[in-house]
This record gives sequence, structure tokens and C-alpha cells, in this order.
Amino acid sequence: MVFDMQFQFESLTDFFYMAGHGPYVWSCYLLGLICLTYLLVSPLIARKSFLADLNKRLKIEAYEKQQRN
Amino acid sequence: MNWQWFHRLGSPKWFYEKTSPWMPWLTVIGVGALLVGSIWGLAFAPADFKQGNSYRIIYLHVPVSFLALAGYYIMAISGAIGLIWKMKLADMVMKSAAPIGAVLTFLALVTGAIWGKPTWGTWWVWDARITSMMVLLFLYLGVMALQEAYQHQETANKASAILALVGTVNIPIIYKSVDWWYTLHQPATLKLTSESTIHSSMLYPLLLMIVGLYVFYAVALLQRTRTEVLKREKKTKWVKALAQQV
Repeated sequence: MVFDMQFQFESLTDFFYMAGHGPYVWSCYLLGLICLTYLLVSPLIARKSFLADLNKRLKIEAYEKQQRN
Repeated sequence: MNWQWFHRLGSPKWFYEKTSPWMPWLTVIGVGALLVGSIWGLAFAPADFKQGNSYRIIYLHVPVSFLALAGYYIMAISGAIGLIWKMKLADMVMKSAAPIGAVLTFLALVTGAIWGKPTWGTWWVWDARITSMMVLLFLYLGVMALQEAYQHQETANKASAILALVGTVNIPIIYKSVDWWYTLHQPATLKLTSESTIHSSMLYPLLLMIVGLYVFYAVALLQRTRTEVLKREKKTKWVKALAQQV
């Protein structure tokens, strides 16, 4: 039965060690986590800093316009 | 026929506003499926009788490789739409798809190498599947470089769309490489036309990871395109109004 879910390891240490394959498996997933987090977060950071820059520039422009009048 | 929807879709403002409410939902669904799928694959799926636990890398490697390839189609097709109909939004999608594809292809290559070590006894071989996958990485990097290489955005779009379209030749080669050439890479696990060579207890978490990564890809592509929309429309009233709310 597929949904007969059972933890496949004796202990947590066993889970991290994975009969010697642990370093390979875990380094893959760690790298995957880093890459996917980057893909998710980088456009949001870029958008935030872009909007903040634009906001600042608009304020300067408005101020200069006021000074000229 | 009513083509209004097609023209609307080409409007960056309409796109930005329409996609805004989707983003949190898509993010939760995508990240949630990936988390559940990873835990299922890492802890609850049975070990492989031949490869032991190293096969658990499949739950990351296969979905990532799928999306590295599917993402190339998305990039090339939007490049073609941009070339033919001069649709601004399509060009932005093409530009946004390139770095995502590059990261996924890189991840597919590295997880493949790490899986190769305990399974084949080597990190790297110059065989057809792996080499054609590396060509895919260079195609993505090429499109990214072309986007930066020109003063005029339009010239950059044309050049990168043409490179993307020419590069599609590589995609069927990648798919078929495991059948056409002698290779260390194992043949496809999932098949549409015949039964998959994987037991259902291992298959379900894999399918969940694939679905999760498709949704995740959509989120990453939409977010990147949305940011690109704002940058290219910075002179318009609506973007200025958005900036003033910050």
C-alpha cells in the first residue's frame, strides 16, 4: 500500500548518515534549497530596491521643480 | 474572432495588476508541494534495491532537469512571439526565463554529478546526455549575455530570440541522447507511452515534486517578469504611482 507511510530509518543519526550516502544526498538538497531560494527572493529584492530608487528620484524631481518656481 | 484578450495580455500594466493577487497562493502551493515531496522522498519512500539511499537525489534531479528543458521552450516560444508580433511582454518573459533556466540547468548538472559519484564511481563523463545538458547551460548564458550586449533593448531582444530559437535543436537531442548513444546515464524513469520503471511508492513523491517545481517555476518566472515590467515601464504614471506608495 502506497500510503502506508513509514519512516525508513532506524534513528535520526541513521537518517542523516543514509548508510554512507548521506553527504551526497544532503549536499544536493542543500544546494537545491540555496538555488530555489535565490530564484524566489532575488526578483523581490530587485523590485523593492528599484521602487525605492524611483521613489527617491521622484521626490528629488518634485523638490527641484518647487525650487525653480 | 475576438482578439482583445491577446492584446490585453500584451499590456504590461494589465499583466502586472492581474497577476498580483495570484502570487501568494501560487507561492504557498509551489513551496508547500516541494517541502512535502522532499520529506516524503527523503524519509518515507523506500530505499532503492540497487542504489540504496543515493537514489533519493532523483526527487530533486529529475524535476529540476524537466524544468530546465521546459523552461527553454518557454523562453524560445516567447522569443518567437516577441519577434513576430512585437509584443513587449513576450520579450520580458524571454529575458526573465533565461537566468531561471540557467540556475536550474546548473542545479541539474551538479546534482547529477553528485549522484554519479556513488553510483557510477565518477563525478563527470563526457557522454551525450551530460554534454548536451551543458550546451543547454551555455545557451541560457548566451541569451543572458546578449540581453546585456546591446545599447538598444529591441536589438538585444531580436538577437537573443534568434539564439533561443536556433538553440531549440538541442532539446530533442537531450531527450533522445540516452537512446541514441551509449551512455552511463540511466534511461528515462517516467514514460508517457508505456509503464514507468518505478514503483508507485517511489513514484508518487516524484510526481508531487514535479508538480511542485512546475508551480515554483511559474512563480519564479512571474516574479521576475513583474519586476522587469516595472523597470521597463518606469516612465509611466502607474509605475510612478506605485513607487510613491513605497
